[in-house]
Formats: sequence, C-alpha cells, structure tokens
Amino acid sequence: MSARGVTTAPVDAVRIDRCARSSRVPAMLDMTQSLSGLLLALFMWGHMLFVSSILLGKEAMYVVTKTFEGYYLFGRSYPWIVSLAVACVLLLLVLHAALALRKFPADYRQHRAIVRHSINLRHGDTWLWLVQLYTGFAMFFLASAHLFFMLTHPAEIGPYASSDRVWSGGWWPIYLLLLLAVELHGSIGLYRLTMKWGWLQGRDALAGRRRLIRAKWGITLFFLLLGLLTLGAYIKIGIEHRDQLGERYRIGWQSVPGGEPRLSAESCRCG
Amino acid sequence: MTAASQSPSVRRLTLQILRCDPQQPEAAARLQPFQLDEAPGMTLYLALNEIRDTQDPSLQFDFVCRAGICGSCGMMINGRPGLACRTLTANLPSLITLAPLPGFELIGDLSVNTGKWMRGMSERLESWIHSSEEVDPCRLETPMEPELAEQIYELERCIECGCCIAGCGTAQMRSDFAGAVGLNQIARFRLDPRDERSDDELYRLVGDDDGVFGCMTLLGCQDLCPKSLPLQTQIAYLRRKMAALGIT
Ligand code: HEM
Repeated sequence: MSARGVTTAPVDAVRIDRCARSSRVPAMLDMTQSLSGLLLALFMWGHMLFVSSILLGKEAMYVVTKTFEGYYLFGRSYPWIVSLAVACVLLLLVLHAALALRKFPADYRQHRAIVRHSINLRHGDTWLWLVQLYTGFAMFFLASAHLFFMLTHPAEIGPYASSDRVWSGGWWPIYLLLLLAVELHGSIGLYRLTMKWGWLQGRDALAGRRRLIRAKWGITLFFLLLGLLTLGAYIKIGIEHRDQLGERYRIGWQSVPGGEPRLSAESCRCG
Repeated sequence: MTAASQSPSVRRLTLQILRCDPQQPEAAARLQPFQLDEAPGMTLYLALNEIRDTQDPSLQFDFVCRAGICGSCGMMINGRPGLACRTLTANLPSLITLAPLPGFELIGDLSVNTGKWMRGMSERLESWIHSSEEVDPCRLETPMEPELAEQIYELERCIECGCCIAGCGTAQMRSDFAGAVGLNQIARFRLDPRDERSDDELYRLVGDDDGVFGCMTLLGCQDLCPKSLPLQTQIAYLRRKMAALGIT
C-alpha cells in the first residue's frame, strides 16, 4: 500500500453504470429468434402445401416444380433458383438454431434439472417445451441433411426424381423423422410465440390461450396427416418406379426431341 | 385405533415427507411416511400440525397466516408447488408426497428461506418506488385514477411465496433468472406513476437473459400461482416494452 496518498478522483462505478446505455443486443437476439422461428414456420406451411401437390397427381407436382424453376416466367428451367431459395432457408435455419442454443440446457446438471422438473410438474406447456427442445436438436441433423442435398441437387425434384430419392435412395426414414420433428416443433413454436408476445389472445387472456392451444393441436394434426399422406404417395410412386430408376417424369410435349419447347397454352396439356 | 379410522367414510392419509437437515450433512435426505385420519375440511396445514403435535415434534415447516396471505407455506405437493394452507387434502389422493420448494436455501425439512431469495431479487431489480420528490407525510397524496390503482393492486397481490420459481423450468435450470415474481415487480412499478424510472432504466434491470428475455414461456408460473396473478400477460407486456427499446 502506498503511503504517498496520490489520490485520483474516485471513480463512481455505480454512477457510470447508470449513465451507460445497457446493451440492446439481448433484445435484438430475442426478437430475431422469434422472427426466424415465425418465418421458418410459415415457410414450412407453404412447403407442405407445395410438396403435397403430389396428392393431386404427378402432373400437378410437376407443374409446381417447374414453377419454382422459373419455367413459366422465363420459358426455361433454372434449377439454381431452387438452390437460391434453399440457401436462404438454410441461412434462416442456422440463425434460428444458433439463437436457440442460448436456451438449450448448457450441461448435464441443467438437463437433469429440466427433465426432473417436467416429470414432477406434469404441466402441459412445460412438456411442450421439452418436445421443442428435442425436435429442435433432431433438426440440427435432419434438416441440415435435407437442405444440403437440395442445395446441391436442385434439379432432382419432380414426381419421379423425388419418389426415387424417397424410396430407392433410402431417404424415407429421414423424411419421416423430419416430418414429425417439423410439425411438432413448428406448431408448438407458433403457439409459444403467441404466449411469449401476448398476441391473438383477445380480451380474456385465459380463454384466448385455450383457443390457441386447440388451434395448435388442430394445426399439428392437419399438417402431420397431410405430411404422412404425402410421404405415402411418394413412397408408393417410388416403389412402382423402382425398375425405371433415373427416368424423369415428362408430360406430353416434352417427349419432343430437343427438350422443352417454348411454352404455349396448347402445348402445356398433358399427353 | 380411533373410532374415526374404523369408519369407512374416513380416509387414512399417508404423508410422505422429505426429511433433511442441512445442519447434519452426514444424514442423507429421506422420505418419511406419516399416517393420519383425514378430517372434514382438512388442509395440509392442519395435517402437518397434527403430525407435529402428535407424532414428530422435530418436523420443520413454515406457517404464519393460515389464509394464503403470508406466502410462508409454499411446498411441493405431489411434485407441484402450492400453498399448504390453501390445499385441501380432499382434493389429493390418500398418498401425499411433500418436499421443500426447489431453488431456495433449505432450512430443514419443508422449510426454505424464500425471504433471502426474495430480498436478493428485490435488491437486484430495485423493486421499490424511485422518486426524487420529497415526501411530506402531512400533505395529501396525489390522487390516482381508480382503474390504475386497481391495476397496480392486482399485481401487488403477489405474496412472494416462491411457487412461480419452483414451477419455472427456466429458473430450475438457471438460478440467476429473475422469475415471474421479479418480472411482475417490474411490471408493477412500471405502472406506478410515482415511480419515475424510464423504460431505459428498467431495461438496465431486466433487459437480458437473466431478465425478461430469459423467460422461455413455459407458463408454469401462470398455471401454478396460488394467487392467480396474470403472469403470462404481464411478462409478455414487459417483453414487448423492453424489446421495443432494441429497435429504437
Ligand atoms: C436446427 C433446427 C432447429 C433448432 C435447433 C430449433 C430449436 C428451437 C428451440 C430450442 C426453441 C425454443 C426457444 C425458446 O424456448 O426460447 C425454438 C423455438 C422456435 N422454433 Fe425452432 N429450432 C429449429 C428449427 C425450426 C424450424 C425448422 C422451425 C419451423 C417449422 C422452427 C420454428 C420455431 C418457432 C416458431 C419457435 C418459437 C420462437 C420463439 O420462442 O421465439 N424451428 N426452436
């Protein structure tokens, strides 16, 4: 200890702390997590509707595929458009997953605490969070595998190409698990969003919550059922088509040698 | 055997109580069963007192008011937090397991030091009115709109029993989380016109993952609060207000 007693003005740490604007980053992270989850969930609704076009027939699905390849806009197919869209979704997923990591149990002690707590509490919304945690964890792998494949093989989407991948390519277990994970995780996540931010509850918050939880189960069931039917349809086509593996679906006008002709109303009809 | 226990209409209750004395670390925690006859209108408060009076005077548990006002008798009742004085045994199965509230310092058996936790929370979140105005006790207070007074009173009903902390998965994983009781305090002082703190200042207190952004909306607090406080809507409201500062 110096006895010379040179005293600098004492720094009032508390005062400085009060003047400093505290970081706005946690607010941004919280909002970004919600926004990324919301966008992903809405995207998954659209995705399911497009994919399930196979239930209306091979041609319907083919038209959807060609639409996303820009065929009806540019008169030619550009699969890189699909890659671009996949890249955006992948980016969103990475962002969402990175932010969700803040909420994951950080170690064995925390994981044990939340599991024990859930078992003891027997409380619906606490269980739902655990489901979200595990399905989210599963999607690190399942969603990444799927998105990476689509990113690098954007042209391999179509009634036969997709069905062959599902069945002969052996992807169906991944799609089945991914379907379960996404539909549970997404609809629980949307319900949680409404509770977290206090949306759509109306005047009577308790009645609103009951309505929203019913809506959540309705949405889960609807998309799960639609998803299972859709996957079933691809598996069925995949089995029927296993001996013509590699052959691509064509509608009438495409059997013309020289590839896809210019699009006209009459040529679009199926042969 | 008493006459009552022979009557088929009287239930024989078994209370399994988690016994633990932190003063004697060598003695491991154990579940000790106690049996007694259920009486009409019996609460867990009455049952525990009967056990302490007639079977084991060393049993530790806290009570003050017996009417759900003091918040002392929070405990885990068959795995869920609740107030013993407000829990009728008639609403429970005949095997009842009691444990102390997790997340608080254990004093012994069912007695926990919620006061210490609440004080720490209160100091951290500065849950008192911040006013630069000199208080003159002789002057009439500035009147407040009755609706506003009602709103504040609604949140002021919190008795700091600790059930929301014991029912919160986030708080059980992360001990620094302010919990519903803390966030409710901030919502309450935010409403109060006598408190001069701006949202910026409140953000400093709860604008991080130990505060409002740490809440994962598991809603145990909302569903298990013995006073039925509107915790979900309050936390959501606070979250909106605090998040809004993030984009300004
Ligand atoms: C690797 C993939 C993913 C992981 C690891 C993951 C993880 C999580 C976790 C742990 C939560 C809870 C966060 C909290 O409690 O605050 C969450 C929330 C959410 N997730 Fe995911 N998720 C993934 C993919 C998805 C996908 C594909 C969707 C769309 C279907 C989605 C939609 C949501 C929504 C809407 C929420 C609620 C957002 C919020 O609470 O702010 N997630 N996610």
